[in-house]
Amino acid sequence: MRIADLNLDLVRLASAPPVRHAVVDRASWQAVALQVARARGRLVSLWGCDSRHRGPGSMVVSAAYALPDGLLWIDLPLPGETPSYPDVSTHFPFAGRMQRATADLLGIHADDFADRRRWLDHGAWIAQGFALRAGSRVRSGADSQESDDYAFVRVEGDGVHEIPVGPVHAGIIEPGHFRFSIVGEKVLRLEQRLGYVHKGIERRFSELAPLDAHRLAGRVSGDSTVAGAWAYCMALESALASPAPPRAQWLRALMLERERVANHLGDLGALANDAALAFGLAQFSRLREDWLRLSMAAFGHRLMMDCVVPGGVTADLDTAMIVRIHSQCEAVEAEVRTLRATFDEHAGLQDRFIGTGQVAPELAAQLGLAGLAGRASGQAFDLRCDQPWAPYEELRVSKAGSAAGDVAARVAVRFDETLESLRLIRTLCTGLPAGDRQRDLEVTTQPARGAGWVEGWRGEVFVALELDAGAIQRCHCHDPSWQNWPVLEHAVIGNIVPDFPLINKSFNLSYSGHDL
Amino acid sequence: MWKIAWQIARQGIATEAAPADSGDLRVLQESVHGEILDILGQALTIRQVDAGSCNGCELEIHALNNPYYNIEGLGIKFVASPRHADMLLVTGPVARNMELALRRTYEATPAPKLVVAVGDCGCSGGIFGESYASCGRVSNVIPVDLAIPGCPPAPLEILRGILTAVRRIRAAAEPIVPAVAEAARGDRSA
Repeated sequence: MRIADLNLDLVRLASAPPVRHAVVDRASWQAVALQVARARGRLVSLWGCDSRHRGPGSMVVSAAYALPDGLLWIDLPLPGETPSYPDVSTHFPFAGRMQRATADLLGIHADDFADRRRWLDHGAWIAQGFALRAGSRVRSGADSQESDDYAFVRVEGDGVHEIPVGPVHAGIIEPGHFRFSIVGEKVLRLEQRLGYVHKGIERRFSELAPLDAHRLAGRVSGDSTVAGAWAYCMALESALASPAPPRAQWLRALMLERERVANHLGDLGALANDAALAFGLAQFSRLREDWLRLSMAAFGHRLMMDCVVPGGVTADLDTAMIVRIHSQCEAVEAEVRTLRATFDEHAGLQDRFIGTGQVAPELAAQLGLAGLAGRASGQAFDLRCDQPWAPYEELRVSKAGSAAGDVAARVAVRFDETLESLRLIRTLCTGLPAGDRQRDLEVTTQPARGAGWVEGWRGEVFVALELDAGAIQRCHCHDPSWQNWPVLEHAVIGNIVPDFPLINKSFNLSYSGHDL
Repeated sequence: MWKIAWQIARQGIATEAAPADSGDLRVLQESVHGEILDILGQALTIRQVDAGSCNGCELEIHALNNPYYNIEGLGIKFVASPRHADMLLVTGPVARNMELALRRTYEATPAPKLVVAVGDCGCSGGIFGESYASCGRVSNVIPVDLAIPGCPPAPLEILRGILTAVRRIRAAAEPIVPAVAEAARGDRSA
């Protein structure tokens, strides 16, 4: 099925990967969800917006779906005082948390959706109104009293007990709460409670100028700063119908692939360490440090924060630097191949990796497992191959994948993607087109809409941007962690508690990118 | 197995010298070791708390454990509980949803209870500022001994900040734990 088959009144946005927008009514909102689910399309994101300023207006709930011919963004206006919309979690289970988040931030609910527990709102916020409603009263400075009465699902039975973990975890890691129900060492159930690092990003966006807000988008999840900033800039450039020059697109891709390699190097070391092979951590963290130092030399920032800006990029590369980047790829590739052989031959390591934290392809499809973890469970989606935007259309990215769905598969996909990215970086180095690295953008005062859609290292990062009167009316950032956190709850069932850190690391999901 | 041994031998020791408390002069590992022992009488233990960061600071704190910075070689260790920690290394603007957890972590930390705020967000609230969901800088919630700016600060800056905070204990008139410090000195001279 293609987007055009849905019989909607479509508007094509001026975006790089194809995005079409439509305003729908309740019936077609439901029909689209059903048809996309039947056609094995994907729900990318669900969010809400207060559009009451636009006349006899209303709240709006929006959804983004991925189909073979691009992305479909639909808006459903919700009139009335207590707005509600048809539940889509029956077709896309992970939508449940996004529906709960939308209820917390905007006070709009999904009809017949049973789970009315708050998700991002822990009872520590404003006393009146909702954060994303225009004119809501913002409390400041008062002491928070976290409500500790969250209704976790209880598992009953002989010898079943609970282990509560977090929000402050026993490592250098972001905060969140995990409630394990176990018998002996075996995990019967894991229930997550997230939202601890919610810091009001979406409301903050509307306080920033459109040409400055890429800095915030680059801090939605620090490990995906290039992906986040690029998706935002792509959305802004699509709203203004003013794409970045070719050289900037190539440099952005170079940075995105460097970010992918940096994260994979870090994760491969950490995964070995979680399986008690400290050697792996020492070797990969050394490679990662070398990698970050060259990013610093090339772009002026170790993580390349604020290097992707509206209209282009901040730093250009001279020939000497291109040679350095190229030769580093060769050196790192040799080392990664050596270390991969060491991993593969290490019986103790493989014993911990193989069969652990398994997500079968059928379950992955049902739950919508996204990105890298999805590809390790037979979900062969990679925007760089499926919807190649400039410059990926010229690079012919080879898609990594496995159907095994265990920790070993997620490790293997990381190795494959690292090697592929090292190839891509060399191709980007040699083919870098001449020209400007940035063009000036002029922000329109007319209402405008733009979308950004980028395959970050973890999976697809999506930004939906609405401008009005030269300001940001609404900017919604979506990290694939939304899709994958609920799958982690399934991946640990039947595993032993001591394998949880290993399984968790093999997904390496973002708390900040989810909590916003 | 021999491949692992070969790889270790081939790479050699990558560790670089630690930073002094100001400027770019690096100092020898042994002297940092000695200093920490003189001041604390034991290795420095740190509990890292992410109170709302974007995870960028965590990436750079992680880097302190890589062979180049080799923070454990200096006698500094990240621990799993605030009850085992001399220092809290706090990142992020403090999310209101983390305010209570951060206060409880602080209360659980024994003396000398050093607090180092890491990153622009920890110093000032950063780009997130103060809002319905963010308390802003770490010192709005718990007392802070030292703040390390940067977004995120490089590993060397974080290490320099940690060492500076420890050295400040000695700059204060009395050692925090005189008995333990004396015992440690005695042990070493014996």
